[in-house]
Amino acid sequence: MALLQTLVNGIVLGGLYSCLAVGFSLVWGVLNIVNMLHGSLIVFGGYITYFAWHSYGIHPLLALPVVALLMYLLGYGVQISMINRVVSQPVLTTMTLTFGLDLILYNFMTVYYSATPRRVTLDLGALDVGGIAIPVDRLLGMVLALGLTGMLYLVMRRSRIGRAIVAVRMDSAAAALMGIRVDRIYAITFGIGALMAGATGAIFAMVYPVTTNLTGTYLGKAFVVCIIGGLGSVPGALAGGIVLGIIESLAGQAFGPQHALTVGFVLMLILLVVRPTGLIGIKGYE
Amino acid sequence: MMARWQQYALFAAWLIVLASTPLWASNYVVRLAITIAMFTALTLSWNFIGGFAGYPSFSTAAFFGLGCYVGALSQRSGVPMVLAWAIATLFVGAFAAALGAIILRLRGHYFAIGSIGVVEVVRLVISSWGSLTGGGDGLNLPLLSGGPDAVARIFLLVMILIMLAAFLVTVAVDRGPLGFGLRCIQQNEDAANMVGVDPTRYKIIAYTLSALFCGTVGASYASWTGYIDPTESFSILMSIKVPVMCLLGGPGTVLGAVIGTAAFTLLEEIFWANFLDYNRAILGAVIVILIFFLPGGLLAISYRDVVARLASLIGRHKAAA
Repeated sequence: MALLQTLVNGIVLGGLYSCLAVGFSLVWGVLNIVNMLHGSLIVFGGYITYFAWHSYGIHPLLALPVVALLMYLLGYGVQISMINRVVSQPVLTTMTLTFGLDLILYNFMTVYYSATPRRVTLDLGALDVGGIAIPVDRLLGMVLALGLTGMLYLVMRRSRIGRAIVAVRMDSAAAALMGIRVDRIYAITFGIGALMAGATGAIFAMVYPVTTNLTGTYLGKAFVVCIIGGLGSVPGALAGGIVLGIIESLAGQAFGPQHALTVGFVLMLILLVVRPTGLIGIKGYE
Repeated sequence: MMARWQQYALFAAWLIVLASTPLWASNYVVRLAITIAMFTALTLSWNFIGGFAGYPSFSTAAFFGLGCYVGALSQRSGVPMVLAWAIATLFVGAFAAALGAIILRLRGHYFAIGSIGVVEVVRLVISSWGSLTGGGDGLNLPLLSGGPDAVARIFLLVMILIMLAAFLVTVAVDRGPLGFGLRCIQQNEDAANMVGVDPTRYKIIAYTLSALFCGTVGASYASWTGYIDPTESFSILMSIKVPVMCLLGGPGTVLGAVIGTAAFTLLEEIFWANFLDYNRAILGAVIVILIFFLPGGLLAISYRDVVARLASLIGRHKAAA
């Protein structure tokens, strides 16, 4: 029973991780950019949600779409005005640039909100399913996270924009010849990445404390999920997130919760060396 | 680009300026000189892998922090200070060689993320291995006797010597076959392999060189401050600052790392005094400006160009008047 409880915890956690990483994975896969801003964008979304709830009493579920839209606009703007100019340059340049932007956003968040942890407390209690306790806020978070991830999957598969993004990911030169405006697709993709980060932030605000101390942790989780699941595909991020969630809660059970993070990183390093395309990744995209 | 002898002369002059600070400047400036010498050594080290070979390594903080801890632990178990620094240097070098053999198989983003992952893993291991490392509480070290001024002078000299050693190795690499091979790898690794450069061997040597002096700097930094903890020693900010300093000066050159570090540290110091809360944002702004306006670093600016442009601006101004 204890094992089953750990597994359930892991799957719930994994759903949240999938949502956390899917935007990051998409940006990496399509733009070939490691977006070091991702962690801060999540926390930023969390702050907007928290203050909407705290100051105006707006329920996080209502705030979520607004936060997502705002973050999309922010992401689109950042990509059009800055990252598009260096998108084809070496890794060091693009990574350093997004790191620099991350430092700026992080700094302004710590100055204006301070690092004090805040949290939206909904007090939903816990479900009891045959002796296994599932906190309702986490379950709600997971359902929302999976729902958003599923929506993104549908957008990528069914819409014109989604197909254009996939085309650019496969071969940007050929896509440009087919009349796709690549720089706009880049901006839209980065916007979607930011949108997913913002939505994740809104969901996490209901489950975890919102604090700038967590930006690095979230970014680290996104790395690990991407390496496990492979890049740029929604199902990859989903699988990677759930695998990481289960591994972390098993490791937390076995070695103590403070080592769960270490296990995730060690797993990532091993996978990087042994199988850099991810467990279910597609060859040829490394 | 300056001639070689001009670059060496400039470096020698800068070394003398730094070393002579206790004679003409306040303690504050001496501390600043120590910081500059320390970061110059780190930046010159990063230049081997990041500048010459073009590999986006963010593992400086792992090497520095490991140097801090190995040095501190050796000193605490009774090893004399200087010997402890040597042990830290060799240990970190060996660690980097072993690690390099594994993660240098990765390229591009994967290598970059792997190198960040290394910093995190080493930090987590050090902070959870409480029985050996004191965990999050950190470690205390005996301070040198003789008062803060004398101690600062000693460590200024130590850091300058490390910086000089790193510079001499850089010159040797720059002029020797290793530098040639690394530049080939930076241009095109597969082609380098084809014409007989062994990329694996060259990259491992460069990665090890990029770690060696970080170990020495870390160990002597620990002896200087007398206290280390995991958060300070393995700061991801250091891992980004050092490459930014090198990019600011001009990566893959002999003098770029030196100029970039000096410019960055002085800039930071000016802003630091006035906007204490915004130091991260300022670093971020420096990065953005660097990438958009100085893509090749300060050394790549053609001064004739700047002068000509200024002259034409003034000319236009006069014509308009």
